[in-house]
Amino acid sequence: MNFLDNIWLIPMFPLLGAALMLVFGRKLDPQPVSDVAIAPGVEPVFEHGHDHGHSHDHGHGPHTHDHSHDHSHDHGHDAHGHGHVHAPLKFLINLICPGMVLLSFIFSAGAVWQLAQQTQRVHEVIKFTWLAGLPFHMANGNNAIFQADWGFLLDPLSSVMILVVTGIGFLIHVYSTGYMAHDNGYYRFFGYLNLFVFFMLMLVLANNYALLFVGWEGVGLCSYLLIGFYFHKKSAGDAGKKAFIVNRVGDSGFILGMLLMLSVLGTIKFTDIGPALAAGRFTVESGLGVLSVMTLLLFIGATGKSAQFPLYVWLPDAMEGPTPVSALIHAATMVTAGVYMVARSSALFQLTPATSTVVASVGAFTAILAATIALVQNDIKRVLAYSTVSQLGYMFLALGVGAYWVAVFHLFTHAFFKALLFLGSGSVIHAMSGEQDMRRMGALKDKIPITHWTMFVGSVAIAGIPGLAGFFSKDEILWQTFSSKQGSQFLYVVGLVTAGMTAFYMWRLMNLTFYGKSRVSPEVESHIHESGPAMTVPLMVLAVGSVVAGWLGVPKLWTAFGENFRLFEAWLAPVFALTAEEGEHSPSLEWMLMGTSVAIAIIGITIARYFYHHKPQIPDSMEKSPLLKPLHGLLYNKWYVDEIYDFLFVDGLCKGGGTLLGSFDRNVVDGGVNGAGWLTRFVSKLSMWWDTWIVDGAVRFGSFFVKMLSYPVCMLQTGRVQRYAFFVVVGALAFLGYFVIR
Amino acid sequence: MHPIPTVNYLVLSAALLLIGTVGVLTRRNVVIILMSIELILNAVNINLIAFSRSLPLVEGHANVGGQVFAIFVITDAVAEAAVGLGILIALFRNKETVLADEIDLLKW
Repeated sequence: MNFLDNIWLIPMFPLLGAALMLVFGRKLDPQPVSDVAIAPGVEPVFEHGHDHGHSHDHGHGPHTHDHSHDHSHDHGHDAHGHGHVHAPLKFLINLICPGMVLLSFIFSAGAVWQLAQQTQRVHEVIKFTWLAGLPFHMANGNNAIFQADWGFLLDPLSSVMILVVTGIGFLIHVYSTGYMAHDNGYYRFFGYLNLFVFFMLMLVLANNYALLFVGWEGVGLCSYLLIGFYFHKKSAGDAGKKAFIVNRVGDSGFILGMLLMLSVLGTIKFTDIGPALAAGRFTVESGLGVLSVMTLLLFIGATGKSAQFPLYVWLPDAMEGPTPVSALIHAATMVTAGVYMVARSSALFQLTPATSTVVASVGAFTAILAATIALVQNDIKRVLAYSTVSQLGYMFLALGVGAYWVAVFHLFTHAFFKALLFLGSGSVIHAMSGEQDMRRMGALKDKIPITHWTMFVGSVAIAGIPGLAGFFSKDEILWQTFSSKQGSQFLYVVGLVTAGMTAFYMWRLMNLTFYGKSRVSPEVESHIHESGPAMTVPLMVLAVGSVVAGWLGVPKLWTAFGENFRLFEAWLAPVFALTAEEGEHSPSLEWMLMGTSVAIAIIGITIARYFYHHKPQIPDSMEKSPLLKPLHGLLYNKWYVDEIYDFLFVDGLCKGGGTLLGSFDRNVVDGGVNGAGWLTRFVSKLSMWWDTWIVDGAVRFGSFFVKMLSYPVCMLQTGRVQRYAFFVVVGALAFLGYFVIR
Repeated sequence: MHPIPTVNYLVLSAALLLIGTVGVLTRRNVVIILMSIELILNAVNINLIAFSRSLPLVEGHANVGGQVFAIFVITDAVAEAAVGLGILIALFRNKETVLADEIDLLKW
């Protein structure tokens, strides 16, 4: 079977699944069995999805201190016997939705395999013309024709992406069948999830920016829908809206960048960009202003979708969604869309060192900012969320220093271990009956062993211990940052410190959750149980992935595998033909830097172990000490970035702008309308005056004149017959007299 | 036998005309005005007959055109008197008066 020519089918499977779920799901799932309905004689009164008792993600928001101990309504985990979806139907959904993604994965794997057999590793399938043949003038006056197709491009870069999306997507679908088993809106959840996979595949398989943007917006929509999955909870709805609105800021940049590209290069098709650049004779020395603006605008789009400073604020709040969503959308796939897009535009970014510097700086800054916040958060998902922001920062750092393949490599490995960590945290939350605050956990190691061991692997991987995935990609990023001509030692130090913090906060999370003394409330304690196989098997698969994924890109120094045994780099090499030159550095230096990054990871782990396992009173006393208390408050409150944004944009710009716009409205717009009204009145009055005095006056003067003339005549008409007769006689006599006298 | 000269008739006619005219112009009672009109008409009739009689014969026959015309005038006068009196009665019923100077319905 020729998978290559059928790559357009890859996104269609999840679309079919989504369509089935969203069109027929409601009909198949007519009335959820709610707790109320179980009581005899009581009719269910809830609408679909309004049942409040069974969401696992009782996100407590940033203010965990006001957490309520009331678990009386939270006994969903005892209710295994009566899930909300009837068993045969659930089986059908479980078959369709993960099945569709599995089909996509099989097709993807087949297509990638066949692509690897080809010498020319680019395959394009154009199904339909979408936006056709619009002639326009480019900025330089040449004519060009705007065309965007429903075209699918499979090259090494999109190969990596589709495998990640469908592979990890499938595992998370399987996990979700266990995790969401007791939730209302089961079909809705899977419908959205499949729809997300469809849009994500469109995004990575598109052969032009316009189609990429369709997927880009589509995943944003699904993200919004899934963050707000528990829409009856206000914080979830708000988080969804926040994600959507913050992303709009970035998307505006993306659209502008795309239009500028159309204007300057005359094409938005990926495969035409290179020739267009060559034809335009853009070099590093000349004609870069406009390219820099273009790439900066595209990068603004990427900062929105990939949660980079200053638009990262939506991602931590996105944790209001169900945990599988956090794993799939907000860790493994969607948030890497920005990285993918920048990597896809590498030919442009490579020509604009200024933008690349911005990208690297923003990435490094985001990495360290998010890592500092993650140090003190108590919500297990929030730590992971900030960790995700931080890791995405690493990817942008790599992109910025011109090491595009390394960014994609980190994206690849990160997808494994971060999905694993999120799913593991979901398993913990599941076991803890919805508890997310790590201060109420502890000593879970033996109670949920599979979750513990898989999360342990994930944590080791992200911390950067040699042999696991995170080490390879992160170390490569640090090395490229140090050695690349676009990198710098300063950025390297920032990355290194972030790596230490990463190890620290991950081990803080592990210690607080799994080791030490139990701080679980007895009520919850009695319910703790390991998750079912639907959840643990994906965890184990991802754990294996977190170990082996990194071996696709071993460091250059590890010559034991043969000269340059670097599959990942070789695979992606055709896509990033134009990359930064690597500086000349001695192997001993590289060994030293590698040792440093491993050492700092171990130091981070040791400190965390010491603080949170051996001497748990130390962090407490540090929190309370007058010297560190303000710092803790600053970090705990996320550098007050949300508050600053509230002040500057929500209150300042929107409300202040509202006032300003209000006064503009009242004075200028209303003034215009009122002025027009006044003018109309004035003109009508003038017209009325003219009518009354000039037009009517003329008529009345005419009549008056006639009347004046008629008046003497009227005097004769007395109505008395004899007068008339008298006149007749006088007249007759006058005639007579005339004739007599004559 | 001496025929009465035409001029006598004419004088009588003129006198009747004068009397009638003055009557029409001066008397207030409509009945009397109507009677005065009869005088005027009869003055005309006398004129017509006088001239008819004085005109020369034509081919041995007298010229009776004037006399015929007088009969027409008499007929007309009768009709006019009938209509006039009818109007007068209607007027009296409405206005309770027969005095011409109190009737000015056709005033402008």
